[in-house]
Amino acid sequence: MAGSHSHSTPDQTHASTNAADHAAAEAADIASHIGAYVKVGVALLVLTGITVGLSYVDFGSRSMNIVVGMIVASIKAGLVAAIFMHLKGEKITIWRFLWMTTIFAIGLFFLTYLAHSDPISGTTHSTH
Amino acid sequence: MALLRLASSRIFKSPMSNPILKYLPFFTDAEVPHTVAARPDTGLYSAKLGIWLFLASEVMLFGGLFSAYIFLRIGAEPGYWPSGLLNVPVGTMNTAILIVSSITVVMAWAALKMRQLGKYKFYMAITILCGLIFLTVKLSYEWPAKFNHFGVFIKKDAASKYEEFLGNKHLEEAGQSPRWEITGHLLDAPKGSSYEHQAQHNAEHFAHETGRHDAVTPAEDDYVIQLDAVNANPTDKTNDRPHFWPVPMSNKIAVISAKDVESASVFAPRHSTYFATYFLITGLHGLHVLGGILVFLYLWLPVKGGVNLYKTNPEHLANRVEIAGLFWHFVDLVWIFVFPIFYLL
Repeated sequence: MAGSHSHSTPDQTHASTNAADHAAAEAADIASHIGAYVKVGVALLVLTGITVGLSYVDFGSRSMNIVVGMIVASIKAGLVAAIFMHLKGEKITIWRFLWMTTIFAIGLFFLTYLAHSDPISGTTHSTH
Repeated sequence: MALLRLASSRIFKSPMSNPILKYLPFFTDAEVPHTVAARPDTGLYSAKLGIWLFLASEVMLFGGLFSAYIFLRIGAEPGYWPSGLLNVPVGTMNTAILIVSSITVVMAWAALKMRQLGKYKFYMAITILCGLIFLTVKLSYEWPAKFNHFGVFIKKDAASKYEEFLGNKHLEEAGQSPRWEITGHLLDAPKGSSYEHQAQHNAEHFAHETGRHDAVTPAEDDYVIQLDAVNANPTDKTNDRPHFWPVPMSNKIAVISAKDVESASVFAPRHSTYFATYFLITGLHGLHVLGGILVFLYLWLPVKGGVNLYKTNPEHLANRVEIAGLFWHFVDLVWIFVFPIFYLL
């Protein structure tokens, strides 16, 4: 599929020396990816329909429906990030940023889990 | 005045001599390095590095709000996290519009990379149009419809009086969470309520539609509500789960004494933690959509930093479109989670 853009090739650092050749090669490369962009877009639309449809299917409990819904949403988010945002084949620098972001985001949601699991007894509260 | 002019001329005519401005190339004519060619150490043009750092901070911003959502939802007492109050077909359509705009913006970028300016302008125009439709639907239809919808939470010890609207016996048998809220259009509000004007307007509309003038009670402390289908027929099994197509409002009315009411509000942030998080997250998301539209407009119009850049440095314009597109895809990505958690689940 898409993703192996020329800005992911190892000779990127020499781009300034042969910019014209580089741009031409890149244009040809991109032309071959357009089909993939459209396919991913159609897949996202179909998955949106599936998300809506599945939310009306009874998976036994509300929690189970939420799990199923979040799995489909994660697939969609993965497609957007990997293909539209070119993360597939992106430079290591950006991946490093994203690993750090992931770790901090997991920490953030872990705090929410602590609030729910109530390790310091009596500190949870209910509200509406 | 003369002094001010002198000061400003010193700053802006010789920016490179100013100790602060010389590090801000935006205010000067200085050449910004690595707008096109990659920096040898990162392998990236600088704006791409910048936008990903910004998106990393955005992950934490929306992550904080999503964790607030999770916290409030799992902490909500049974029956206090509503569902089925939003318009699912409209939400689905808006989701599709955002996805289409994500396709067109990547196509706009690809067109620029292949040096097809006409195609670029076309795809960018579609993207801007999609963004505008999304915002228009949200601001002129979805939100106002909520602001004219009313909900009354009944005190638990008074709930049996309103069983014909709540149907808690039926819900218990069906193994569902209890229902404490009666929703619909407010037709009469207690005296002194800030909703009196809205109620009067709705009552006139109700009388016009149904020919009934009994919606306004002489009592001064009653809420009168034209019921949503779910409260009109709470024991109807088809109402146990949210509907895809919104069910038309019934012509049944409920009279609720203010002393039985725990809280009463239009569907605004103050209504519940559900609507508080809904308006906060969709509002912040909407601001991002607006920001994206403004940037796209700048890149689409024949201005120095926009389409006119194509003549002198098309690759630079393509890179600008790419980073604006990265932001736009992120906004789409956030919506991919917002849509199911508020509209569907």
